[in-house]
Amino acid sequence: MKSYLLPEFIIERNEDRCIKCKVCERQCAFETHRYDEELDRMFSNEESCVGCQRCAVFCPTNALTVKPNQSAYRPNYSWTGERISDLTKQAETGAVLLTGSGNDRPYPIYWEHLLLNASQVTNPSIDPLREPMELRTFLGRKPDMLEAELMDDGEVRISTEMPPNVMVKTPILFSALSYGAISYQAFKSLAMAASEYGTLFNTGEGGLPKDLRKEYGKNAIVQCASGRFGVDLEYLNCSAAVEIKIGQGAKPGIGGHLPGEKVSCLIAETRMIPAGTDALSPAPQHDIYSIEDLSALIYALKEATNYEKPVSVKIAAVHNSAAIASGMVRAGADIIALDGLRGGTGAAPKMIRDNVGIPIELAISSVDERLREEGIRNRCSILAAGGMRCSADVVKAIALGADAVYIGTAALIAMGCTLCQKCYTGKCNWGICTQDPYLAKRINPDIASRRLTNLLRAWSMEIKEMLGGMGINAIESLRGNRDHLRGVGLQEWELEVLGVKGAGE
Amino acid sequence: MRRKMYEKEISACSIFGAMNIEGERFTGEGVIKAIANMHLRGNGLGGGFAIYGLYPEYEYYYALHIMFRGNEGAKKETDALLNRSFDVVHDEEMPSGERANVPDPPLVWRYFVAPDKKGKDKLLSDDDYVVQKVMDINLRIENAHVFSSGKNMGVFKGVGYPEDVAEYFQLDSYRGHIWTAHGRFPTNTQGWWGGAHPFCILDWTVAHNGEISSYGTNRRYLEMFGYHCTLNTDSEVIAYAVDLLMRRQNLPMDVVAKIFAPPVWEAIEREEESKKILLAMLRRVYAPLLINGPFAVIIAHHGEMIGLTDRIRLRPLTAGVRGKMTYLSSEEAAIRLVSKKLDRAWTPNGGEPIVVSLDGGGRGEKVDEVIPFA
Repeated sequence: MKSYLLPEFIIERNEDRCIKCKVCERQCAFETHRYDEELDRMFSNEESCVGCQRCAVFCPTNALTVKPNQSAYRPNYSWTGERISDLTKQAETGAVLLTGSGNDRPYPIYWEHLLLNASQVTNPSIDPLREPMELRTFLGRKPDMLEAELMDDGEVRISTEMPPNVMVKTPILFSALSYGAISYQAFKSLAMAASEYGTLFNTGEGGLPKDLRKEYGKNAIVQCASGRFGVDLEYLNCSAAVEIKIGQGAKPGIGGHLPGEKVSCLIAETRMIPAGTDALSPAPQHDIYSIEDLSALIYALKEATNYEKPVSVKIAAVHNSAAIASGMVRAGADIIALDGLRGGTGAAPKMIRDNVGIPIELAISSVDERLREEGIRNRCSILAAGGMRCSADVVKAIALGADAVYIGTAALIAMGCTLCQKCYTGKCNWGICTQDPYLAKRINPDIASRRLTNLLRAWSMEIKEMLGGMGINAIESLRGNRDHLRGVGLQEWELEVLGVKGAGE
Repeated sequence: MRRKMYEKEISACSIFGAMNIEGERFTGEGVIKAIANMHLRGNGLGGGFAIYGLYPEYEYYYALHIMFRGNEGAKKETDALLNRSFDVVHDEEMPSGERANVPDPPLVWRYFVAPDKKGKDKLLSDDDYVVQKVMDINLRIENAHVFSSGKNMGVFKGVGYPEDVAEYFQLDSYRGHIWTAHGRFPTNTQGWWGGAHPFCILDWTVAHNGEISSYGTNRRYLEMFGYHCTLNTDSEVIAYAVDLLMRRQNLPMDVVAKIFAPPVWEAIEREEESKKILLAMLRRVYAPLLINGPFAVIIAHHGEMIGLTDRIRLRPLTAGVRGKMTYLSSEEAAIRLVSKKLDRAWTPNGGEPIVVSLDGGGRGEKVDEVIPFA
């Protein structure tokens, strides 16, 4: 069938600059570039170009420009070019539209409507280069109070038992990116960076390769998802914390599917399934159809880990997250991970990614408020995920009520990802979201982990600057401190949900 | 639904406290003189005093000082609530001097009451019951604000310089064994009578100089425990935090000081093992009660007066001891005005509490010994 689709990108090659080195041809797994020996010339097949910019970055003479195809259908507010081409694709394939990474639709981004405070006159701002500025964060349940007794010798004795907490040096964790979805090299880079910087990475649902457990287990949040891949006692116990994955911001209500061709021997061993078979994650966890079932699994995991690890429960931010979160805390969850509308994924049906869930800003706010109303906010930590693009977003998330944030997309970008949204093809030219050894070796964990620690360092320094500006020298004094936020361009109901005043109020 | 709007006033101020560690009551003359000496630290938009050992004749009754604004409505409503919830053994309008230089004084009334608990309220302790009723009045009755609610103590405060407020309430006629005082410089909103210091809940009072940048975090944590900040000023959170930690949770003052002004993690790591565990636990559990931003406070309750600054000491606090008198002050000069000779005078480190108690006398690190004048 002749395809009626227009190419999404146009490739301009400056022939004067092109030295026909064929770097572009080698770099592109989508086989966009081709050298014609007879004509001694490079040609590009624009239909296959995904706009990932790998060729443009690696072209030694900057001969390539890849830009969105400007040619357009007749302007139509309702039938945009994207709607027409999506429909065309479906008419040609009869299939569900697949996509990768996060929601790119123009829903309001509340970060852009929140402004931070700074001290002037009555309260000195603090210079983080000269004074202590503390980002250390503890994740997990805190008791309602401590029973302390002053002994005769002046010592204070505490009789309250402390639930397990895990410490991170900066309130930024790497979000769940499973081995299988991403390459071993990318996975290891995240583990190395988390360990180097003193934070945590999340294994996702694909298990933790045995050779990484000893060195990086203590920095891992190990996931137990609906497919139960790779879950055994050693996996649970080598970790810093365990996470039950109920939902994901990019595809709330949907399971996952890792096609058999990606299930290599090592992935098969890690996930504990036969090599070459599809790894199917059901939409729900089939032993959790209710809150009491969740509680049973939480306590099963606590039993399995001797009550030494906090147990997190991750849900997609949906309409009634606040009530769900409250139930989760009462069911025994020590950490509530909320994944918002703009959270990323390796593969999701486009309709789901683009239309299901709510923005993380509103979810953080309503969950935090609800837990406070019930007097149980201290019994859990809130981890916010899905759409944190810079350190200011992190600061705003914490001021709204999060304890710390998960970054997934931001971490991928640090490793080279350019958000071409073709993760589901398995042909990631940047070596991240692929199991092709030829592509995967493009990620050198020593270098990629350095890019990641650089990112953590840069954001942490910026967070310190912003904290100091607000006259705060410990991150805990920002948590839920919405007085330091003001809204601009928001409606009354939005200010109400966010619990912030308007700018100037 | 109208959004909840929290107001917070910020202020730079003067604070002063005097305590007789043998519990002998003394007049406020010296304290008024001392706080007046720090006139320039205030701007006439607020002054106040807390006096302990004030009402020995009503020692066993909660003394409620309540301010009413506007017309009769608020007082009527409050009287009805009080009559429903308490045995009111005596009440009267607060004696005041009409000629004092204070703007628009509201009606201030004092009630001596005993709880009259009914139904499931019987399960509450008297103190918890009183806190609940104070919150009810502050939250539900428009234009009524409870200034103080302890036994045998009282708070007097208003708009004006502290010496004018003292004159208005005729404080020279009262005696007490602890006096704390506050002169106010609110900086971003008009001062109002309810916003003056000290803040009080039961017999806990707080006089605060500074601005709390963690206010939102502190306030929202305290809300989980039933405290509602209604007096539009950040200092209020300290009073409630003190009540929560010291009265309800029974934590010793030294522990509370480490919650409000904890050492930095690096310093905690240098401590010996047992102390390290304690301090780390406090920071984890009570992180929402770290008071961040500049502050110096004088906290008092029966038998104890405590001075504390923030952990990086962004506000001044000096202590002086002479015989059985211990003084805390924003400025040493104010102490010297009252007691020219001091046995010792010192400035504590940031986050180091000075605890002055009836039985034990003055405790606290003696650092930065000040060389006395003449």
